[in-house]
Amino acid sequence: MDIVNQLQRQFIDHSTSLHREGIVDDQFTELQKLQDENSPDFVVEVVSLFFEDSEKLLNNMARALEQAQGVDFKQVDASVHQLKGSSSSIGAMRVKNACIAFRSFCEAQNREGCLRCLQKVTHEYSLLKNKLQSLFRLEQQILAAGGSIPVAK
Amino acid sequence: MVCEMEDDQIEDMDVEVLSSMWPEDIEHEAGKQFKVEKPRGDQDMLEEVTIVGEPTIVDFQHLIELTNYTDKGSSQLAYLVKHWEYKQTNAVRLLREEIDNLSRQRQESELKKLEILEEHRFEEERYGGDKRSISILDGIYDIWQDVPRRKNKIVVPSKRVEIDAEYDTVIYWKQRAMHLEKMLEASMQREQLLKEKLQESIKNLEKQSSPVEELSQILKRADNFLHFVLQTAPVVFGHQDKELRYRFIYNHFPSLQEEDILGKTDVEIFTGSGVKESQDFKKEVLDKGLPAKREITFETELFGSKTFLIYVEPVFSKAGETIGINYMGMDITDQVRKREKMIKLREEIAVQKAKETELNRTIHITEETMRAKQMLATMSHEIRSPLSGVVSMAEILATTKLDREQKQLLNVMLSSGDLVLQLINDILDLSKVESGVMKLEYTKFRPREVVKHVLQTAAASLQKILTLEGNVADDVPIEVIGDVLRIRQILTNLISNAIKFTHEGRVGVKLYVVPEPPFAKETSQRVSDGSTANQSTTNVAKEETCTSMSQTSSDQRGYHGKKHEGSCQNHSQSEPGTPVRNGTIDATEEQEELPETTVWIRCDVYDTGIGIPENALPTLFKKYMQVSADHARKYGGTGLGLAICKQLVELMGGRLTVSSRVHCGSTFTFILPYKVSLSCDHSDDPDVLPDMDDHGAINDDATAGVFQFQPRTLGSLFCSTGTSRTQKLLPHNIGYASSYKLNVLSETCYSFPTSNGRTKEMDLVEDACSVAEAVEISSDPESSFSHSPDRENRSAICRDKHHQNDVDAENKASTRDVSGCSDTSRDMDVKMKISEPQLPPKRQERSDSSSQPTINRRQEVSDSVSKPKILLVEDNKINVMVTKNMMKQLGHTIDVVNNGVEAVHAVQCHSYDLVLMDVCMPVMDGLQATRLIRSFEETGNWDAAMNAGVEQPLPSDSSQQDCTPPKRIPIIAMTANALSESADECFANGMDSFVSKPVTFQKLKECLEQYLP
Repeated sequence: MDIVNQLQRQFIDHSTSLHREGIVDDQFTELQKLQDENSPDFVVEVVSLFFEDSEKLLNNMARALEQAQGVDFKQVDASVHQLKGSSSSIGAMRVKNACIAFRSFCEAQNREGCLRCLQKVTHEYSLLKNKLQSLFRLEQQILAAGGSIPVAK
Repeated sequence: MVCEMEDDQIEDMDVEVLSSMWPEDIEHEAGKQFKVEKPRGDQDMLEEVTIVGEPTIVDFQHLIELTNYTDKGSSQLAYLVKHWEYKQTNAVRLLREEIDNLSRQRQESELKKLEILEEHRFEEERYGGDKRSISILDGIYDIWQDVPRRKNKIVVPSKRVEIDAEYDTVIYWKQRAMHLEKMLEASMQREQLLKEKLQESIKNLEKQSSPVEELSQILKRADNFLHFVLQTAPVVFGHQDKELRYRFIYNHFPSLQEEDILGKTDVEIFTGSGVKESQDFKKEVLDKGLPAKREITFETELFGSKTFLIYVEPVFSKAGETIGINYMGMDITDQVRKREKMIKLREEIAVQKAKETELNRTIHITEETMRAKQMLATMSHEIRSPLSGVVSMAEILATTKLDREQKQLLNVMLSSGDLVLQLINDILDLSKVESGVMKLEYTKFRPREVVKHVLQTAAASLQKILTLEGNVADDVPIEVIGDVLRIRQILTNLISNAIKFTHEGRVGVKLYVVPEPPFAKETSQRVSDGSTANQSTTNVAKEETCTSMSQTSSDQRGYHGKKHEGSCQNHSQSEPGTPVRNGTIDATEEQEELPETTVWIRCDVYDTGIGIPENALPTLFKKYMQVSADHARKYGGTGLGLAICKQLVELMGGRLTVSSRVHCGSTFTFILPYKVSLSCDHSDDPDVLPDMDDHGAINDDATAGVFQFQPRTLGSLFCSTGTSRTQKLLPHNIGYASSYKLNVLSETCYSFPTSNGRTKEMDLVEDACSVAEAVEISSDPESSFSHSPDRENRSAICRDKHHQNDVDAENKASTRDVSGCSDTSRDMDVKMKISEPQLPPKRQERSDSSSQPTINRRQEVSDSVSKPKILLVEDNKINVMVTKNMMKQLGHTIDVVNNGVEAVHAVQCHSYDLVLMDVCMPVMDGLQATRLIRSFEETGNWDAAMNAGVEQPLPSDSSQQDCTPPKRIPIIAMTANALSESADECFANGMDSFVSKPVTFQKLKECLEQYLP
């Protein structure tokens, strides 16, 4: 019981910090709310899909920006747009915000700026991934310990 | 003899060696020193070059003296001499070696000769007396005769003769003698050769010049070279003595004669700037004894403006004293000019760069600010949607059965929610105005109505014993054109502010036309007139005794907030429901002859409140500023209200000012320009004036310019005189008496007082109801008021309707989007249905062409109980997943396609009840897809889609297509940018509404509730 309590507290702390640091926003809470008996792994599923998708997109961007000359900014922009859409959908606020900045550089066809933004987006993405993965781990631990996931505020 | 010969030879050799070695040495040593080329080569070279004139002016005597007395001069001479000596010794050494060589050879040959002679002697001794030998020797002797005698004074042959005489001849010996003779001959020949060489050497020696000549030649050559090199160089060099008098000067472009320069100093020769400086500089070098360089710009009559780089070095005597200077100057005018130009350019570039960075920074900051503001706006927007969900749900909750405690809690919750919403709206407004996004929407409106409604609203939420009064001057036009929403917002804000800070007395609004204020012409001038007039009004108001009554029902609080917003929202639509008044049409309309003129209307909002200390006035309109922290605690609020008012007023081209006296009250004044239209055709603006059938009634109502709300009942005592001339028909005491009862009633039934049967009171109640109901009731015969003179009838209706009014008021309150776009009006509709499912949608939709069919559709669909088919068009997998799940939660399954083309295909094949359409998609975006679908609905064919390149699939279920006539499918855009431009675009392309991304459960729910039965 103690362990469950502790884990639950940890879980709440972690998820509060996610919100506080702006890594996720209310949209993520929205997702969590969507999870019920019918779709118990909904959040993990969506987020995994997001990870998969994002990594592909990030790779695409990196590859497109590797060219010293003649970068296809349209393609990069399309990828950024995709990433922005999906990150906004799962509530990955910081990734989304980084994408917004990224797009302005795409429009300006500024390769330097794009590369910087890509770095930033990648950074935010890995931060998000880390944090979410530990959140999910906590979740599993709680479930394994026989507790229930505390409801996010 | 031998010695003699050797000496002779040495002399010979000497000459020979000298002639070959001497020139070579000169070449090397002299070449190194003076960089002189081979004499023969350069002689030709220099012959081609014409060395012009004699630019050098030399004081020869001084030069000699110099060479004698200066270290440099003497050392140079000494060097030359030493050099010559060295060369000579070297030559002597080489000659000696040669002599040694030759003498050795000579000795050898001498030895050989002796040997031969010995042999001969021996033979002579052995074979002496041989006569034949004489003849041979005679022959040999002949040969000897040819040899020059000078060298052969040796008496060898005589000896031989002697030998010959002694020996007798033998053949063998003869032969031998012959052999020896030959060897001797060879030796003789060698000697001969050497002799010739000697002769030659002697001749050469004679030709050889003396060392002095040699040296002067070298010097001359060097001199020539110097001239050659310097002939066009822009250099001047010279020597000046201790007194800086010129002793020597070289100047290729002499502008002065020798006698003008030599023996004179710089200052004696030139005049102008720079001369003194150079003189001083030379003196300095002379004093310091150290060489130095300096750049001096001369500005002389002689050669104009020129810059010289001057090198000055001191000249020392052997004793080490300075006896003069050598100086060298080079004209670098052009270079200096270039350099200065470069410096200037560089400076300019630096300045340019600095400016550029500054500019970039400013741009950056501006961009940042803009982004921050936009961010704020977006965030506020995003916060607002979920919050409105919370508040509206709470409101719905309030309609359910709750005990009193729960209701109280709920009310606190609602009022807090309202506060937050208000705050967010304020922030949004402010950031909109600041970022220039705020767009004013000009519509026709009636100032009297606005004043009345604002006061009504304020009265409805009044929790204090205050008199609210409005006074619209007769000269104010009945209808003016302006952004009524914003004006109402300003008015509401000012009035609620006034109420907040007024504990007793009155709060009022005065409207009257003023001439064009000075700031309109000269923007800098401030308006200060009229403040005294206001002050007097305030004072008068204060004199009136105000009755106080305690009203502490917490029920009212929540109610006020809701009502406030609700009626604000529906202000323009409430006109049909307002009571009909008798009155005369004001003449103002006739006065305006032009179709559109501008009228300036001044609005004073005065109160008898706590007033504002003078020192707080300057910061009053600043954001987040309140008079003091103490005030903030006591009265709450964000301090945004006045800032917004000011910005809005200024945005509309007006001025907001304040005058105040502590403890007496404040007056906020805003003057705004309005357009006045003469045309009576109101149909162009159905939004604002939806029901214009009864012009007479409206005009009657519109002319009522004086309103008063006494602090009687729940603040809804409304007295309106038929015309502006008569005032205060209702005596105060009636309100007094009844209010008590009302209060009791309010305790029991939580909101409006209902059945007290007193006509006068019902009048008040009815008025309040009518305001609240005005919109909803307009098209609903059941609930509309007929303002008949029969008061019993009215009260009865009012009684019946009371509860419903309550609910309606709340429903309205649930939609508090200030913007009041068509979107929200539909929201209201939806919510009403949630709370009162028994009521059909009775509110007329705003005259939005798209909404009319929606209602029809809704009824159709509600008839058939089939499950609605929903299509989601979205390319982002994650978004699809999330939306799908949300839909599942809402009990819907959806079809998903990934782009516009697929969407068109899907619509071609199936009939959908709702399409959720992403705007930004690959292949075909949502806007185009919507256009194509709309085109199909209008024309009944897919030609537009075909034209756009979308192939029509084989009609798999063509029967369905045939049987169902194209009906308008609600298409909801899902857009990432919630800015108004994007929304406009959506509407322009035929979409019915839009949901901003990320899609939330609440948004989706609202949307479905609105568009699906």
